[in-house]
Amino acid sequence: MELTLKIWRQAGPTAKGEFATYEVKDISPDMSFLEMLDVLNERLITEGTEPIAFDSDCREGICGMCGLMISGEAHGPERTTTCQLHMRSFSSGETVTIEPWRANAFPVIRDLVVDRTSFDRIIQAGGYVSVNTGAAPEAHSVPVPKEDADRAFDSAKCIGCGACVAACPNASAMLFLGAKVTHLGELPQGQPERDSRVVKMLDEHDLQGFGGCTNIGECSNACPKEIPLDVISTLNADLRKAASRSR
Amino acid sequence: MTDTLSEYFTVGDPIADTKAPDVPIEQMWTKHQFDSALVNPNNRRKLDVIIVGTGLAGASAAATMGEAGYNVKSFFYQDSARRAHSIAAQGGINAAKNYNDDGDSTYRLFYDTVKGGDYRSRETNVYRLAEVSANIIDQAVAQGVPFAREYGGLLDNRSFGGVQVARTFYAAGQTGQQLLIGAYQAMERQVAKGTVTEYSRHEMLEVIIVDDVARGIIARDMVTGEIETHLADVVVLASGGYGNVFFLSTNAMGCNVTAAWRAHRKGAHFANPCYTQIHPTCIPVSGDHQSKLTLMSESLRNDGRIWVPKNAEDCEKDPRDIPEEDRDYYLERIYPAFGNLVPRDIASRQAKNMCDEGRGVGPKVGDFRRGVYLDFASAIERLGRPAIEAKYGNLFDMYSRITGEDPYQVPMRIYPAVHYTMGGLWVDYDLQTSVKGLYAIGEANFSDHGANRLGASSLMQCLADGYFVLPNTVRDYLAKPQARITEDHPAVVAAKNSVTERIDALLSINGERTVDSFHRELGNIMWEYCGMERTDEGLRKAIDLIRSLKDEFWRNVRVLGAADTLNQSLEKAGRVADFFELGELMCIDALHRRESCGGHFRAESVTEDGEALRHDDEFAYVAAWGFGGEDGAPVLHKEDLNYKFIELKQRSYK
Repeated sequence: MELTLKIWRQAGPTAKGEFATYEVKDISPDMSFLEMLDVLNERLITEGTEPIAFDSDCREGICGMCGLMISGEAHGPERTTTCQLHMRSFSSGETVTIEPWRANAFPVIRDLVVDRTSFDRIIQAGGYVSVNTGAAPEAHSVPVPKEDADRAFDSAKCIGCGACVAACPNASAMLFLGAKVTHLGELPQGQPERDSRVVKMLDEHDLQGFGGCTNIGECSNACPKEIPLDVISTLNADLRKAASRSR
Repeated sequence: MTDTLSEYFTVGDPIADTKAPDVPIEQMWTKHQFDSALVNPNNRRKLDVIIVGTGLAGASAAATMGEAGYNVKSFFYQDSARRAHSIAAQGGINAAKNYNDDGDSTYRLFYDTVKGGDYRSRETNVYRLAEVSANIIDQAVAQGVPFAREYGGLLDNRSFGGVQVARTFYAAGQTGQQLLIGAYQAMERQVAKGTVTEYSRHEMLEVIIVDDVARGIIARDMVTGEIETHLADVVVLASGGYGNVFFLSTNAMGCNVTAAWRAHRKGAHFANPCYTQIHPTCIPVSGDHQSKLTLMSESLRNDGRIWVPKNAEDCEKDPRDIPEEDRDYYLERIYPAFGNLVPRDIASRQAKNMCDEGRGVGPKVGDFRRGVYLDFASAIERLGRPAIEAKYGNLFDMYSRITGEDPYQVPMRIYPAVHYTMGGLWVDYDLQTSVKGLYAIGEANFSDHGANRLGASSLMQCLADGYFVLPNTVRDYLAKPQARITEDHPAVVAAKNSVTERIDALLSINGERTVDSFHRELGNIMWEYCGMERTDEGLRKAIDLIRSLKDEFWRNVRVLGAADTLNQSLEKAGRVADFFELGELMCIDALHRRESCGGHFRAESVTEDGEALRHDDEFAYVAAWGFGGEDGAPVLHKEDLNYKFIELKQRSYK
C-alpha cells in the first residue's frame, strides 16, 4: 500500500506546530497503524530527520497510552485503540491526517504526544474507595449481586485513553468521569463516599479545563471499550441526589 | 566448573539468605514481623521512600507506604501510573481461600508453586506468598475491584494450569487491569493527601550509592530532559521484567531493564537471568515490521487442536484443503496422555521443532514460517458455533482484528513468544538486594517463581510484595535511619555526571544505524540461541555475536535530536545499551547451568524420552551474579536452595 500522511509536527509545548507531509510505500495491510509509523520513523532517522514522537506502550489495546486523531476520528475509522487499528482499514493511495488529541486540558508536549495528567487529578479528587491496606474485611462478608458486579465491571473497563475527550466538540471528560462514578457507585464498597465523590470529581473536571456535556454522544461512539452513554446519566442522577442530600 | 567456562565468569563467595527465623515455616512470617523494629508515626513523615515503577508491585507499595505516613516519591516512564504493564495481564490471580472446599490451603499453594517452579525457588519466600495471598483478595474487593461473581453474590473462581483446585479469582479477561486500577486509585488517594508525589514521564537512570548504601536515584525528566537528583532513605525498584531483551515479546514497548541493570552495575546481584517463560499461544509474527507479540489465552487449548501439515510442500495451501490424513496433530501424536494440554514449555518447544523442520505455516518471516495451526473445526462441529462463541468469543474477535482472518472459518495460527522473566535482582527474605537500602519487588526481583511461573501467580506475587511484604520488612531498615547527605556529596555528583556523560555519548555517535535495528538484531540472537532451547555451542556463539554487536552499537548508532527535550530515540538507545549487557549475562548464566529446568531447556540435558532433566546434585542453587567491572567477567555467587519442607522430585508430563 502507498499512503500520503499529513502529520502534526510540533517541537515542544510552546512551539508553533504545522503539518508535514510524508509519502509511505510498501505498507503491509497486516501492520498496525503504530507499526506503520515505526516504519516511517526508521526511514526518517536514516534520512537524518527527527522521528515523529507518539505515545504507545502495551500495543494490545489495554494500556490506554496510544491515542491519535486519524483523519478527524479518535483512534481512526474503527472502534478500537490506535494500536489495534490495522492498515487494512485504509486503501492504497489514501491521504491520512494524523493529529494529537485536541483539548485545552490535554496540552501538546511534542508532535503527537499530549499531557493527560488532568485525568489523574480527577481520580485524585475522589475516584477511589478509602480503605487502608490491611484494614479490609473478609471478601465474602459483603455479597455483591452479580448484575451489579457486571455493570460495575462494564464501567470499569475504561482505559483512560482520552478518546472521549478528543471526540467531544466541547472537550468534555464526562464519559471518563461517569465511568468511574458508575463503577464505584454500583458496588457496596463505593456507597459511603458516593455523594462526595461525584461532587469533588466534577469540580476537579471543570477546574482542569474540560468542557461541559451537552449530550452529543460522540464520546461513547468513539470509546474503544464501548463505555455506554448511560454512565453520564448515572453521574447526573448521582449529582442530583448528592445535591439534595447536602441541603 | 570446567576450564572451558572459566573464560566467561569467575566464582565468588557463596551467599545465603539468613533473615527468615529458624521456626516452623508457618510461624516464620509472623515471628519475623514481630521481631522487626517499628517506626513511630511521627518519624515516618521525615523518611523519604523512592519507588520506581507503578505496576501492581510499585503502585501497591506506594499506596501502602503512603498510608503509613512515609514521604513517598513514585517514578514511572508512562504519562500515568495506571498504564504500567501489569494492566495487560488477563487470566487471574491465585489465592488460597478454599472458597470451593476443594482441598486448597496455604500449604497446597506453597507446594504447587515450588513444584511448578521446578524446585528452583526459595521455600521461605514462597510460603509467605501463599500465606498473604488470601489478604490480597480481601484488599482488592474492599477497593471496589469488580471480580466475577456468582448469582449468590459471592466471588467466582476458576482453575488454571498446573493445579487441581479452583483458586483463581478473575475479572473477565482483564484481571490485571482491574487490580492495577485498584492499586492506582489507592495510590492517587495518597497523592491527594500529599504522602505520595508522582513523577510521571521520568526514567531512573542511576542509583546513588554512598558508603555501600543506596541513598537515592538520578532520574531524567523525559519531557524537559532535566537530569534530576532525588535523595531518599530507601530505594525500592518495582520496575518489572526484562523480556524485551528479545525485542519481540508480549511485554509493553517501554518495558526495560535499565533500573535493575543500573542497580546491578552498582553492586546488586542479578539472579537467574536465564529463566525466561515462553508462552505457547501467541499470535505469530506477520512480518519484519512487527513491534510486539500478542498473547492469546492458554484456555484455547482446551478445545482447539494443534497441527501442522505432514508435508512441507503443503504449508502454503489453504489449511481447509489439506485432508485429514496429511495433517500431523503432533502433540496428540507425541504426548497421547496430555495431547494439546501439555505444559507451556513442551507445547512451545514442539511448535518450534515443527517450524525448524520446515513445516511451519503462515507468512514467511526471514527463511521460516513461524506458526502452527490451532484448529477449532472439530470443536465447532461437535459443540456448535454458539457454544464456541460463548466460551472464546472475545479471543476470536481479538485474533480476527489483528490478523484479518476469521478463526471460525480458518484455523488460527499460533507461535510461542517470550512472556515473563523469572530472573531478576537477587533479594533476601526482606526483599532487600545485596545493596543495603535497595529493595526490589514484583517481577524485578527473582524470588518466588523459581525456574517457571504458574499462571495467575505473577499478579499474586506483585501485590503480596507491594501491599504486605515490603511495607513490613522495610520498617526494620528505616528504624535506624542513615545520616543525611546533600546533593553536593561526591558520590551524588559522580552518579549525576555519569548519567550526563552517557547521554552525551549516545547523542554524539551519529552513526548509520537506528536503535531499533540494533535491538531487533540483538533480539534475534537472544531468541535463536537463548530462547526455547539452549546449547553449549549456541550460547558461546551468541556471546560472541552480542559482544561484537554491542561494540558496533557504540560506534555506529544514530540518535538524533537533543538531550533537553522529549526524545524517544534517546530513551530507547539507553535501554538497548543496557539490554546488550544483560543479554550477555543471560547467555553466560544459561551456559553455566548445564541442566534443564522450567524456562531453561538445555538440549544436552534431557531424559531418555526427550524431556527436561534437572541435576539437583549440581545445580540446586540460585545463581546470583555480581558485576565484574566494565571489562571484567561476572562473578557467580551461589545461594544453595535447601528444601526442608518439600521433597525434590522430577516433574513428569507423561
